[in-house]
Amino acid sequence: MSEQLKVPTMAEFMAEGKQPEILFWVGSAGSYDDRAKKITKAFVKILNKANVDFAVLGTEESNTGDLAKRAGNEFLFQMQAVMNIEVLNAYEVKRIVTCDPHSFNCLKNEYPSLGGNYDVIHHTQYIKELMDSGRLTLEGNTYKGKRITFHDPCYLGRANNEYDAPRDVLSKTNATLVEMKRHKQTALCCGAGGAQMFKEPEKGDMDINVLRTQDALETNPEIIATGCPYCNTMMTDGIKAKEKENDISVMDIAELIANA
Amino acid sequence: MQYLPNIIFAIILFVGVGYFAKNIRKLIRNIKLGRKVDASDNKSQRWKNMARIALGQSKMVKRPIAGFLHIIVYVGFIIINIEVLEIIIDGLFGTHRIGLEVLPVSVYGFLIDAFEILAVLVLISVVVFWLRRNVIKLRRFMANEMKGWPKSDGNIILYFEVVLMCLFLLMNATDTSFQDMNYGNIISQFIAPWFSDVAPETLHIIERTAWWLHIVGILIFLNYLYFSKHLHILLAFPNTYYGSVEPKGKFNNLEAVTNEVKLMMDPDADPYAAPAETADDEVPAKFGASDVMDLNQIQLLNAYTCTECGRCTSACPANLTGKKLSPRKIMMDTRDRLEEVGKNIDANNGEFKDDGKQLLGDYILNEELWACTTCNACVEECPVSINPLSIILEMRRYLVMEQSAAPMELNNMMTNIENNGAPWPYNQMDRLNWKDE
Repeated sequence: MSEQLKVPTMAEFMAEGKQPEILFWVGSAGSYDDRAKKITKAFVKILNKANVDFAVLGTEESNTGDLAKRAGNEFLFQMQAVMNIEVLNAYEVKRIVTCDPHSFNCLKNEYPSLGGNYDVIHHTQYIKELMDSGRLTLEGNTYKGKRITFHDPCYLGRANNEYDAPRDVLSKTNATLVEMKRHKQTALCCGAGGAQMFKEPEKGDMDINVLRTQDALETNPEIIATGCPYCNTMMTDGIKAKEKENDISVMDIAELIANA
Repeated sequence: MQYLPNIIFAIILFVGVGYFAKNIRKLIRNIKLGRKVDASDNKSQRWKNMARIALGQSKMVKRPIAGFLHIIVYVGFIIINIEVLEIIIDGLFGTHRIGLEVLPVSVYGFLIDAFEILAVLVLISVVVFWLRRNVIKLRRFMANEMKGWPKSDGNIILYFEVVLMCLFLLMNATDTSFQDMNYGNIISQFIAPWFSDVAPETLHIIERTAWWLHIVGILIFLNYLYFSKHLHILLAFPNTYYGSVEPKGKFNNLEAVTNEVKLMMDPDADPYAAPAETADDEVPAKFGASDVMDLNQIQLLNAYTCTECGRCTSACPANLTGKKLSPRKIMMDTRDRLEEVGKNIDANNGEFKDDGKQLLGDYILNEELWACTTCNACVEECPVSINPLSIILEMRRYLVMEQSAAPMELNNMMTNIENNGAPWPYNQMDRLNWKDE
């Protein structure tokens, strides 16, 4: 399907003297991680389908610095931020969408005081917007009646109080939404946040992603929906640890909507 | 001689309130050891937060059983303390139930009725609280950091409340003229018959004793606060006022770093230039925090406000999976160390003498700090707007920027970001390759 994807860059827009509606911030995971790349492509498929005039930075994008900041390396974070802000401001970017809640939080909350002021939204919010305005409609019934449980990403939910957009989007698929006991404000972290994704966990009696997977399994789902590439990896690993990978799939909301 | 009780009362009151005031001054001094922080923004939002979260207990009821019982004790405590006003006036001026002089009997009776009912409700709630801690043994009260003094402290407060409530009811039950009046004795009328065989003089002595013990007990309780987790009954108010009004995901950007980064990015900057004069007034000596003086004043206020309820820890993903990290312990350690520093200052004529200890290492271990997923569950849970995560982050900053003591895998990840703009060792030029794969 790769040849069908249209992924223009900001540089191309600039060469034509045009501005896109929105910049798609792909993020490091979305650019390099094999699983996350599928989410990126699914989201592009949605953007193409809705005829959104979007652009990516491509090779001019760099890591937001969010990971470094959470690890305690404020220097590296601010270096990354200042470099990215220079690029974004040079292109006069106004609006940014991203599939990564960590990039979303960082760009939205931590870039402004360093000179980067943009309207930043998460891809589930943007998909909802496209649906509400009628630009995106779902024809198929791929997920009708399927049991789907949504795992709230910490940096979308608690960190930025967005609990409804992903659920609103999911409800459009006519699937049966089932909530885990811990959801929304009380949702349990998948275990990847705060740079944990990149290190071994401290000594304990269980991995966090396994505990969270247990939460999900209690709802007896056919699909675990996520809205974050790191959550996706953690939940996928959790499902494997529970040997349920043949019965349950872990999918990003972008993938669900792209297939619906 | 007839004024002797008034004088004794005045002295007890003066000593009780005076000692409390002295400790509160110490508490404020200790908090001011922290870095200054600007919280002069969003005033109306801050007042609203205080009204909703502290006064309105909005977060307590997220856990309905504990929340409901807590509201009873809280309302009971505040309202019954109106009675203390009467006791103080009576004690100072030698009157008896001055309320009866200024209020119609029906109104006075209604008030005391309400106090008596609340006293019974408080008693019931306190018994349930005690059972939760000592018989049901809820997991969050059984953690490692809750052994020893913190455990006793929790129980002592409950015993205090039982004694105070019983004294209040006993005082009313043995007050013969009050019982004869038969207004406001909705509960104590059932206790009064227990004393029907007691001689009037003895009854009077019991009534006076209960009265004195009640007011002395309240003053002891007031002074116990400073040494106890129970300071939250006062500090919850300023703490919710100063609590963050930003999205929880927003971590502060260190200004000192911003200045250095700007200097590095500025092609015209002279690296050998003397620092600008305006910049040196409050420049921190180091990045991040290794001791309580490196934390800010709101974080230190947080530590004194924590009542060790453990809701944070019971929601912490690291703690739930057996890791050492407990957000409650982070707050308790911060307070313990701050108290230690305060005592050190008291013992050394107002100057802190290096004691070879610090918050990092002697209280909080690296292992705890690195287990945090920054998920904000602890911040969300806290019923009084404490932010343990901000302390964890500040200490990670110290570990990374001052000591280069991050776990090796994180150092690799950060080196990758530095070199090629991604946490993995992939070439920046390959960033758009996904498009054609």
